[in-house]
Amino acid sequence: MRNPQLNRHGELQHLLTLDGLPRDILIGILDHAAPFTEVAEREVKKLPLLRGKSIFNLFFENSTRTRTTFEIAAKRLTADVVNLNVSTSSTAKGESLLDTIDNLCAMHADMFVVRHAASGAPVLITQHLQATGRDHIHVINAGDGRHAHPTQGLLDMYTIRHYKHDFSNLVVAIVGDVLHSRVARSQIAALATLGVPEVRVIGPKTLLPTAIETMGVRTFNDMREGLRGVDVVMMLRLQNERMAGALLPTPQEYYKVWGLTPEKLALARPDAIVMHPGPLNRGIEIDSAVADGAQAVILPQVTFGIAVRMAVMSMLAGQ
Amino acid sequence: MPFPDAESLCQHLAEQIRPNLQPNTVLIGIRTGGEWLARRLHTLLGLKEPPGAIDISFYRDDYGARGLHGSPQRADIPFSIEDAAVILVDDVLYTGRTTRAALNEIFDFGRPSSVELAVLVDRGGRELPIAARYCAHTLPDPLPASQNLQLEQTEDGGLSLRLINA
Repeated sequence: MRNPQLNRHGELQHLLTLDGLPRDILIGILDHAAPFTEVAEREVKKLPLLRGKSIFNLFFENSTRTRTTFEIAAKRLTADVVNLNVSTSSTAKGESLLDTIDNLCAMHADMFVVRHAASGAPVLITQHLQATGRDHIHVINAGDGRHAHPTQGLLDMYTIRHYKHDFSNLVVAIVGDVLHSRVARSQIAALATLGVPEVRVIGPKTLLPTAIETMGVRTFNDMREGLRGVDVVMMLRLQNERMAGALLPTPQEYYKVWGLTPEKLALARPDAIVMHPGPLNRGIEIDSAVADGAQAVILPQVTFGIAVRMAVMSMLAGQ
Repeated sequence: MPFPDAESLCQHLAEQIRPNLQPNTVLIGIRTGGEWLARRLHTLLGLKEPPGAIDISFYRDDYGARGLHGSPQRADIPFSIEDAAVILVDDVLYTGRTTRAALNEIFDFGRPSSVELAVLVDRGGRELPIAARYCAHTLPDPLPASQNLQLEQTEDGGLSLRLINA
């Protein structure tokens, strides 16, 4: 079966997940993103690549950073961007997801950027478009349930490459609420594709998925042990809104055991970088002294995210 | 058909430009051939301001049909475009579409006082109303579309023209 993300020439048609995305395409996106970082320094922060294209931001779940950076990326490429505020839209009146899509197609959409609480929603939309002969409309997954957040994974890889230049000798730690994290799944898939020799996941047993070792990672239930000698620390947000049942005692106790403090960070390599996909829970998973410290690259991640999203959109639209 | 030596064409082009240099003259080369040429002209003309370089991939008019190809590089313009007398440098002038794309890109950096075009070779076949003020060599007969003329640079920095049959 053909990879549903690729067209018959093997080019990127939709971006749904990094799991199974060919290495040359993944590296191609990172390479294409590099020149886009310079556009923000121009007098006119715009390139004409997506002139006349209509991009619909469909956010069925709240997001500030991702939606805004997708919007900025599309606007810097001169696309027309429509943000649908789904909580006040027809969905709230009972319209089905695919009916919403059909209506937007009737408005001549060229691309959908989809965030949804249900894992698989962007895949469902893609299959619907393929089944109805509208495969020329592109779909970008901007985060679906616990499944994937491919552009976040890509911007994280861009950030690592920017600071560490090479993936082949790195030890990378992913710390925190892996269970609920689509970001972690995309990161693990990308790190494996790029040949990172050691990926560690660190967290309490209740917040690590069972059998996560099958994804090729080492698990640590002791944060100090897990952080020892790592080059990159990727923190995850504690996703309180997705918690069902008593997975954790209190946020204070979580901070005490799993919060990244300067003292714990000192166990990593001295030149280790600290990343976080945002939004930050200061004083829960990360200490302010670390979040605002010299090793944090959390704000550059946001800036790189715009360039990476510009690269993805321009690779999809230009074929 | 033999081409004149690229090195002597460079000299010739520099001598055409020299009498018209202004205090605010800057060079911008179109990657990749134009960038090499701009660096060479910069030395020959003894200009203070280092040359800029642009990659017009993001401004091409065939992006919708062809998509992004190759590896576009970031634009590198180390000076202010505002009120500069820009000389746009390219190796070969053909349809004029690259020049149009470059003009669009330059104006996204600011408003120059003027823009002139300098090329090593005019191969004919224009599809847009564009002409070079400085041109070291004009082919007597336009090259057929099946042929590609491009500038090449050796490891020691020597320049030469190469004709490729597609």
